[in-house]
Amino acid sequence: MDRNQLRRQVAHMRSSLIEQHYLDQQQFVQLEDLEDDSNPNFVEEIVTLFYKDSSRLFQKIDQALHSVPMDFARLDDYVHQFKGSSSSIGAIKVKNECTQFKEFCLAGNAEGCLRAFQRVKHEHEALKRQLETYFQLRRQAGMAQRS
Amino acid sequence: MNLNNGRGSMSTASSSGAWKSGDVVPDQFPAGLRVLVVDDDPTCLMILEKMLRTCLYEVTKCNRAEIALSLLRENKNGYDVVISDVHMPDMDGFKLLEQIGLEMDLPVIMMSADDGKSVVMKGVTHGACDYLIKPVRIEALKNIWQHVVRKKKNEWKDVEQSGSVDEGDRQQKPCEEPDYSSSANEGTWKNSKKRKDEDDDADDRDDTSTLKKPRVVWSVELHQQFVGAVNQLGIDKAVPKKILELMNVPGLTRENVASHLQKYRLYLRRLSGVSQHQSNLSNSFISSQDASFGAMSSLNGIDLQTLAATGQLPAQSLATLQAAGLGRSAAKSGIPMPLVDQRNLFSFENPKLRFAEGQQHHSSGKPMNLLHGIPTTMEAKQLANLHQSAQSLGAVNMQVNAHGVQNNSLYMIGQPQSRGQILNESSGTHVPRLPSSIGQPMVSNGIPSGVIGRNGISDVGRGTGYNPVPQNSSMLNFPLNNTPELPGNSYTLGSTQGMSSLTPKGSFPEEVNSEIKRSGGFVPSYDIFNELHQHKSNDWNLQNVGLTFDASHHANSIHGSLDSSGLVHQGFSSNQRSAQSRNPSNVGKAMFPMGAASTDHGHAQNSGQHLSNGLIVDNPVRIKSERHSDASQNNFFHDQYGQEDLMSALLKQQQGGVGPSENEFDFDGYSLDNIPV
Repeated sequence: MDRNQLRRQVAHMRSSLIEQHYLDQQQFVQLEDLEDDSNPNFVEEIVTLFYKDSSRLFQKIDQALHSVPMDFARLDDYVHQFKGSSSSIGAIKVKNECTQFKEFCLAGNAEGCLRAFQRVKHEHEALKRQLETYFQLRRQAGMAQRS
Repeated sequence: MNLNNGRGSMSTASSSGAWKSGDVVPDQFPAGLRVLVVDDDPTCLMILEKMLRTCLYEVTKCNRAEIALSLLRENKNGYDVVISDVHMPDMDGFKLLEQIGLEMDLPVIMMSADDGKSVVMKGVTHGACDYLIKPVRIEALKNIWQHVVRKKKNEWKDVEQSGSVDEGDRQQKPCEEPDYSSSANEGTWKNSKKRKDEDDDADDRDDTSTLKKPRVVWSVELHQQFVGAVNQLGIDKAVPKKILELMNVPGLTRENVASHLQKYRLYLRRLSGVSQHQSNLSNSFISSQDASFGAMSSLNGIDLQTLAATGQLPAQSLATLQAAGLGRSAAKSGIPMPLVDQRNLFSFENPKLRFAEGQQHHSSGKPMNLLHGIPTTMEAKQLANLHQSAQSLGAVNMQVNAHGVQNNSLYMIGQPQSRGQILNESSGTHVPRLPSSIGQPMVSNGIPSGVIGRNGISDVGRGTGYNPVPQNSSMLNFPLNNTPELPGNSYTLGSTQGMSSLTPKGSFPEEVNSEIKRSGGFVPSYDIFNELHQHKSNDWNLQNVGLTFDASHHANSIHGSLDSSGLVHQGFSSNQRSAQSRNPSNVGKAMFPMGAASTDHGHAQNSGQHLSNGLIVDNPVRIKSERHSDASQNNFFHDQYGQEDLMSALLKQQQGGVGPSENEFDFDGYSLDNIPV
């Protein structure tokens, strides 16, 4: 594909991600705006960092979920953290699931927490896949651009 | 982004103080704003860093609160604003917020994904400047500079206020006003007005909770530049505008210069009117304090306190303080606290905190506060004395040209505590850093004058502070060079004047300013201290402090003389007060140690040195021990103790001539009772 086509594809995908609420427009676009010549892949770096960090958090959440009795306070803490990072990259759906998760924690609803966590993980994965594709496309377009 | 491109240039100017002077915001501002970001979330941290960099700020990130605190402590003036997350694993964000407010008094912005009302309210109650909801937008970050400016403005105001809060100041202000206004009329009318208003406000700023107002710090270099400019123009022709131009310091406003000039003029006036007597007092004061502290060879904050307290401490308090001081010699921290509270002469909240912390948070801004309180009345006289004595002390960095001497002593006396802190930082030289602990005798012998001078000056420089000092007593306001030879123990301070006690003063570079200011008032008290100082070696008998300051005796004399009446306590308080009006709290407390310290030992001589704490200076005055005929000097001290009181006292003294012979702790306003021991 030629450069323009690639770029259009990238733009298209971004819009679609936003429309599907995978990504928050404002936040994500703002992140992309931060990119510059010195940091051309800033967004990708950030997202990579996010995923690395979230897997670490997930482990902790898992542990807390399987603790007996379930440690809601700690859970709430972890989820809060996760909520913060996902909102910084603009991951809306993930964030929303986190909010739900938190509510269950506050309510002390073990069952609810377990379910909520599943949903969070699910959304998290879905976004990951989407973003991978997106970045790949971007790289292709970018490489073409920055030749 | 649309921020200025001149990044970093402005904040770097003049040691991060460039744009501190509330009124002036350098052109490139806010580029270069030094931000410290604390967040345990690496994603957020990275994003924030990038955003802030895009805003042309200088960013330091860390993911743990403890690291952030240590970074801040290591580099006191290294950051302008802190952004912290609320939820952190190792320390609660609010707790960090409090700590920073207490120790460094920097603006702190909280952020969280949590936007619940209670959390936001918590941020407000804990003193956060702002609260950002995550995800943080870059637009929100662009404007964080406003918090820095606002804070500085407030501090500047406070500085002005505290400095001029004293009645003495007020009186002076009016007369100075014309000068100021004439030269700085255009934009300065506002400042003048502001100052007047501030004066009226009087000291609300003594609030210690969190000193959040960085003042314009008149560092040694800055002051030197200032003095150079003034000399170049000729003291009669030196108008703020021209001085400003000559100094060519970015970020400095005409108002800053004008107020500084005002103080300087007062200081000069005082110098000319000050007799040796005063310097002796300071010396003795210092020495005694030193002695009393015994343990504290360095100018401890206590000295400051003592000094500060001297003015304010009523007789009883003195006793208490003394006891405390004595008891404390070893345990510095003990005293400082109490003293600190009381004296905020110069809205010296920070010093208090500092001491409490046991750290020397030497915030440049803070020390100033201390000084502010110090009545300058003493200064004039003291300065004169100090001047002489200081000369021997050593070269106080400040070139206060003649004032140097005095400054030294003043510093020492005034602020044991703050000085400790400050000195440590600034003096670097011999001056035994004024440990935050107040117990330490401020009189750090080594550098007595020198140090003091330095400190004094730095203090002065720091904030617009010169208020107390220059005004009343030319004493130490310009501590800069007064180090009367602090070198060795026995008051090298001023040698002639017995300022030896003051020697330590030199050590407090930073404090000096404040101290000096304070001590300024004390000069008279120095004599007292000398006496005191001599007798008691190392005991912090307050008595010593005050008494020993006899000019030549340096150290022990204070003891001796003071002992008689238990003045020591008083002496201290007086010392403190006078010397430090700045640190009312610190000094008061510290004073004792100082006083006592001065007397004891052989340090007594040193006390000259130690006393640099300036406390001693105060003490002498206070040392009501009546012995000191220096009373007049005492008066100074007394006055100083309470900022206002001191100032007014000093003024009174000045008016009445330097030797009001009050010997008794005549704190005008500061009865020893004031000192909350």
